[in-house]
Amino acid sequence: MTEREHHEYDVIIIGAGGAGMRAAVEAKQRGLKVALITKSLLGKAHTVMAEGGAAAAMGNVYKEDNWKVHFRDTMRGGKMLNNWRMAQLHAQESPDRIYELEEWGALFDRTKDGKIQQRDFGGHLYARLAHVGDRTGLELIRTMQQRIVSLDVDVYMECKVIRLLTNDDGSVAGAVAYWRPTGEFVTFSAKAVVLATGGVGKSWKFTSNSWESTGDGHAMALWAGAELQEMECIQFHPTGMVWPLSVRGILVTEGVRGDGGVLRNSEGKRFMFDYVADMFRAETAESEDEADRWYDDHSAGRRPPELLPRDEVARSINSEVKAGRGSPHGGVYLDIASRRSAEFIRRRLPSMYHQFMELAGVDITREPMEIGPTCHYIMGGVRVDAETAASCVPGLYAAGEASAGMHGSNRLGGNSLSDLLVFGRRAGMAASDYAESKASVSINEAQVSDYIAEALAPLERENGENPYAIQHDLQELMQANVGIIRKEDELVEALEHLEVLKERVKNVSATGGVSYNPGWNLATDLPSMITVSICAAQGALNRRESRGGQTREDFPKADPELGKINFVQRQTQGAGYLNPISVSPEPLAEMPDELKVLFEEAK
Amino acid sequence: MSDITMRVWRGDQNGGAFENYVMPKVEGEVILDVIHRIQATTAPDLAVRWNCKAGKCGSCSAEINGKPRLLCMTRVDQLPEGEPVTVTPMRTFPVIRDLATDVSFNFEMARKVPAFNPIPKPEEGYRMQQIDVERGQEFRKCIECFMCQDVCHVIRDHEENKPKYAGPRFFIRYAELEMHPLDTNDRRELVREKMGLGMCNITKCCTEVCPEHIKITDNAIIPLKERVVDADFDPVAWLGRKILRRTKRTSEEAAVQPD
Ligand SMILES: Cc1cc2nc3c(=O)[nH]c(=O)nc-3n(C[C@H](O)[C@H](O)[C@H](O)COP(=O)(O)OP(=O)(O)OC[C@H]3O[C@@H](n4cnc5c(N)ncnc54)[C@H](O)[C@@H]3O)c2cc1C
Ligand code: SF4
Ligand code: SF4
Ligand code: FES
Repeated sequence: MTEREHHEYDVIIIGAGGAGMRAAVEAKQRGLKVALITKSLLGKAHTVMAEGGAAAAMGNVYKEDNWKVHFRDTMRGGKMLNNWRMAQLHAQESPDRIYELEEWGALFDRTKDGKIQQRDFGGHLYARLAHVGDRTGLELIRTMQQRIVSLDVDVYMECKVIRLLTNDDGSVAGAVAYWRPTGEFVTFSAKAVVLATGGVGKSWKFTSNSWESTGDGHAMALWAGAELQEMECIQFHPTGMVWPLSVRGILVTEGVRGDGGVLRNSEGKRFMFDYVADMFRAETAESEDEADRWYDDHSAGRRPPELLPRDEVARSINSEVKAGRGSPHGGVYLDIASRRSAEFIRRRLPSMYHQFMELAGVDITREPMEIGPTCHYIMGGVRVDAETAASCVPGLYAAGEASAGMHGSNRLGGNSLSDLLVFGRRAGMAASDYAESKASVSINEAQVSDYIAEALAPLERENGENPYAIQHDLQELMQANVGIIRKEDELVEALEHLEVLKERVKNVSATGGVSYNPGWNLATDLPSMITVSICAAQGALNRRESRGGQTREDFPKADPELGKINFVQRQTQGAGYLNPISVSPEPLAEMPDELKVLFEEAK
Repeated sequence: MSDITMRVWRGDQNGGAFENYVMPKVEGEVILDVIHRIQATTAPDLAVRWNCKAGKCGSCSAEINGKPRLLCMTRVDQLPEGEPVTVTPMRTFPVIRDLATDVSFNFEMARKVPAFNPIPKPEEGYRMQQIDVERGQEFRKCIECFMCQDVCHVIRDHEENKPKYAGPRFFIRYAELEMHPLDTNDRRELVREKMGLGMCNITKCCTEVCPEHIKITDNAIIPLKERVVDADFDPVAWLGRKILRRTKRTSEEAAVQPD
């Protein structure tokens, strides 16, 4: 047997989306030895798919905008379940993080006076999203990628981390991974580890997420002793494609609505006017006329109801479809064709034009799009310290979609891209501080061989179950029972079925060899997919209210008491895939008075 | 609906062969969907790259009936009815397994590009006009599918040219930096001497396959060739021209400039 590949680093970063790359830049600029590990090629992470923009209160379009307004919008969008300090840091630091991208070569769309252009998005009081047409994520990822290359960071591509390694005292020691092209295992010892592994959407049937979103970081953190929170809060984006079936779930950017698109039911009615919740009534237009005036001048009218936060819009679409006013394929209509010129649509939304033309044969400059909710983003994740992104495991940090707190129970569009930059940087800084304070670390060989054996088991097992069959059943289950609207008995049932799926994973077998074998790769993803699904179902069962990304049919209202509580999940009876996960309510940090006043002022 | 016959190349560096899969047709599907159904049913170990399934990440490049295509953007109903669909890995890059190729050549070429180096940031931040950023934005639409690299005859069957040829994907990168309103690095000599710009004979095959419809030849390679052969090779004059170009544009917009 050849010797296993092994590397020693100060900081390893797992995940090369916006958050991971930003963390790597920070640690590398400090002069530390840094590795960036990704299970795809560099530049293909989910971040590349982000469309609409990155929210930052730069005030380039509306000079009234500032961090306080952004902070307030973010907290209200998250139904006040956010970690206030994270939301504050995010609102304060986002503009600098965007300007910094310009110093690294990004080319954002411009205003007439040559500043970075900003667009309107749901839940943001002012036009706030820095963007490049509808391919902002591509700009962000390419800029960061080019920065990573210029700093000469060591990048491990198509290298999947399976487990974190820990020291006897519980602190983090490194990670075990395998190279997807060869199937060879590789270990990393590291003084500090940053998790930036993105989301969990692949456990649902209809999702905007790619195969990578299997919640590996969430699960690995839990198995290493970290805590998760808000795992029940999952954002169903209101506008995913619904037809043809094979593209169902693929995202249609909110930019369509920001740029004038409206939602209509089968009767042609702009139904969102019927669904304005009290919390948003004062700032939402009452008539179509008023809403239409707003697009050109935000002081001439109030916001159109199509731009309410995503949870509100997704639930409304769901209700329209249930009431029998949906489109032929079970969605509703998103219409920009009748409202903007073909030239405008093609210039502002080129990739949407492209996507519908090529995948659905629909010309969005002439016809409305058929859309419906799709599983998009998880607000929940690793419970972290606001300033440092540190988890409760010494040396382990988390940023981006893998972390929780910033978005509360519902994320506003555009707040993720800026979140990645703000907290990616902070995680990189804190991990570097920690690494600098540590002497060298060594890894525990017994852990390593256990984890490798576990990962290889599906290849050695004969006549077990096909991993795709388990994935299929998991996706059907989560879609049906832990979807956009939840209720007690279905959640209980989901948890029972998840236990069964957990058992079935023990008997999964993969055919073929270790080299670039998607079936085997999936088999090694299933434990994390099931773990995060259990967390989501458990959280949803415990949170007996409706708030943001958690909607309970049996508890349709928000409960003010539960609004002060995080449901925190951890493994108290030994960490690991097969061990139980406990849930406990823990009080949310209270906002200081000087911030509280922002919510009392009129409007 | 009828069936579709997929002839998929399966193998690795040591060789391989076509395998036929007959799958029922499903309305609206793209080739990647059919491949995923093959994986889920008969061949779970069939190697293919993909991420976004919406033409945005450039992972799923392969050759369909001999032409570079994104598997996720090629609809089954656009291919000739009733004929088998042949899917092979990109030919220019070494195969890893089945449809996945080793594209590290491109990442090596990316490392050779001298980094972006902007002019110092003015107090009030950088100002750029839309018209000035648009040229670079066209090139920054690139999703790094590497299909232009795959189709380019300079390296398609000429392994020996690879070390001295950046290829169309990186010619647009050099062009983008050359046209970037803030950049100060002069890469013209490098592109001419070491990156093989002269070996491109403007066949436009790269432009034809680009899924982002970037006019690689007309908007990047030809202007780059012009600038590189520019008789006046004085770097100071070059920089002067770059900056002049910028200020000229800016003064045109003086009416809307607050400062
Ligand atoms: C279609 C779409 C459009 C969006 N539009 C917007 C928008 O306009 N504005 C906005 O703010 N947000 C948007 N979002 C949300 C936003 O893009 C994501 O939340 C964000 O990009 C997540 O970034 P990340 O850095 O946390 O992780 P990702 O970008 O998801 O990256 C995760 C990384 O982790 C790696 N990884 C995962 N597991 C492992 C493992 N086990 N081993 C090794 N590596 C691993 C992956 O390979 C990848 O490199 C959009 C999302 C989608 C899907
Ligand atoms: S135009 Fe040049 S770069 Fe493009 S394919 Fe032809 S030879 Fe290659
Ligand atoms: S230029 Fe076009 S063809 Fe070439 S890599 Fe970029 S997107 Fe692909
Ligand atoms: S899967 Fe992203 S381009 Fe095809």
